Amino acid sequence: MIIIQMYVFVLAAFTGFLTISRIPPLLHTPLMAATNAVSGISLVASMALAGAHNGFIPTLLGTIAVGAAMTNVVGGFLITDRMLAMFKRDPKPTHSANSIGR
Amino acid sequence: MNNLIEFAYLVASVLFISALRSMGRPDTARRGMHLAAAGMLVAIVATLLQQRIVSYEWIAVGAAVGAIAGYPLGMWVPMTAMPQRIALSHAFGALAATLVGIGEYWHSLHAGSLHTFQVAALGFEVLLGAFTVTGSLMAFGKLHELLPGRPITFPLQNVMNLAILGCGLLCLAWVVIAPTSQAAFFGMVAIGFVVGILMVIPIGGADMPVVVSLLNSYAGLASCATGFATSNNVLIIVGALDGASGIVLSIMMSKAMNRSFANVLFGAFGSPPAVATQAGSGGEMSATSPEDAALRLAFAKKVIVVPGYGLAVAQAQHQVRELGEEIEKRQGEVRYAIHPVAGRMPGHMNVLLAEAGVPYDRLVDMEDINDKFGEADVALVVGANDVVNPAARTDPASPIYGMPILRVNEAKSAIVLKRGRGTGFSGVENDLFIDPKTSMLFGDAKQSLSSLVSEVKAA
Repeated sequence: MIIIQMYVFVLAAFTGFLTISRIPPLLHTPLMAATNAVSGISLVASMALAGAHNGFIPTLLGTIAVGAAMTNVVGGFLITDRMLAMFKRDPKPTHSANSIGR
Repeated sequence: MNNLIEFAYLVASVLFISALRSMGRPDTARRGMHLAAAGMLVAIVATLLQQRIVSYEWIAVGAAVGAIAGYPLGMWVPMTAMPQRIALSHAFGALAATLVGIGEYWHSLHAGSLHTFQVAALGFEVLLGAFTVTGSLMAFGKLHELLPGRPITFPLQNVMNLAILGCGLLCLAWVVIAPTSQAAFFGMVAIGFVVGILMVIPIGGADMPVVVSLLNSYAGLASCATGFATSNNVLIIVGALDGASGIVLSIMMSKAMNRSFANVLFGAFGSPPAVATQAGSGGEMSATSPEDAALRLAFAKKVIVVPGYGLAVAQAQHQVRELGEEIEKRQGEVRYAIHPVAGRMPGHMNVLLAEAGVPYDRLVDMEDINDKFGEADVALVVGANDVVNPAARTDPASPIYGMPILRVNEAKSAIVLKRGRGTGFSGVENDLFIDPKTSMLFGDAKQSLSSLVSEVKAA
């Protein structure tokens, strides 16, 4: 079991490195906001703790954790979308071919 | 049922990875994030089907509170406050991981089902998590100016921090050997919280891009450890993706400052501002007036704008866009040169300018624009200092020597908008400002830009 989890971890980390390295600096702030939103996946573990009858303390901690993770999910996806909606291409094509830039 | 849940997690993971892939291009990024949101929904629904969950009322309470707190954090936070907003959400993510870690430990301790591997994973989780919670809160405080942004240092700080961190690792080892020793486990949590504070207070504002990225990575690794502790693959995958993302960004940021991680984390010491003792090369800054500067901008064919943290402080992004549009109306070409560490977080300047409505094809990264400064009639520097300091290329004695910079000094002329005559964050003299080709326009960036806009219009 543990070894399979290690496989999952290493392959996911590898995929992460390859994928993230391709993201242009232009989108680095939305990327951070996006990873924050997605990291709300700890909701999965928090809900399991809050919803299981494991005693007062685990339920309390689980409930707070659900709140914190949900804040990231809701806030994270909203702000990422808001940010990405602002990135617009120039409506009129750039005027000269040998322009500064790319 | 369990297979169905596992399958749902697999679907969610695939959606998350595709979302990250689509972040590679601005025109696909938004749709990609919708995929990620769908993935999140799938994962949440699948989790609710777990047999372990027997009641939903506390989940509903937590989720409602989270949604109510999350909405303003998503919709109302202004773009200028983005660095501290991101730091704050690292703290939330890490808090969730830490609390889950403590709760699972407590539960397994009393159920008598603790085993070595689980305790090791939980230990990592709470140590990293607690560290990230307070570290991120400190970063938030500094970025939001609740705390002084300059490094707070005292003698033997590094030695002390490392000693405390060492105690934390010792507790971790102890807990792994003797899983039921609660003192060690909770001692570790406490140490995590303390170390987070101590490690971040000595780091200065300009180094925040690295710190924020690094905390992103730790928050990811903490949820990864949660996944190991609760045998949950989707947590491991997402944690690994976040961890990788944070590390990739931190490496890029460190490179852009020509510094190592160690230097950023411990560098506030030993090199107390290597004060610019050789008070510049003995030149005078030549100040100019908005009228004069506007005239030059109005008749320039190619203008490169170099935004820096000062732009964010003055919240002058809209005025910059307006000025750019006025110049374009007069057939001038305007580009924005973005240094990777301009601002307080990766991509800070891009987001600000995008918010103001500058099309993203005008925002050009450092490597692509550096060769073009020679062709530029005017380079307009708005609140940037160290990232345009030619000493980084020419003066081996300079504390920032070796840092890649925007080569503004190669432009035919430069106009620098600056609040006052003082040195920048690092306290380093900037030869660009005394270059005969450079004229300084002193004053608040927002006001200076507004007067430039009206003068260009009138010209």
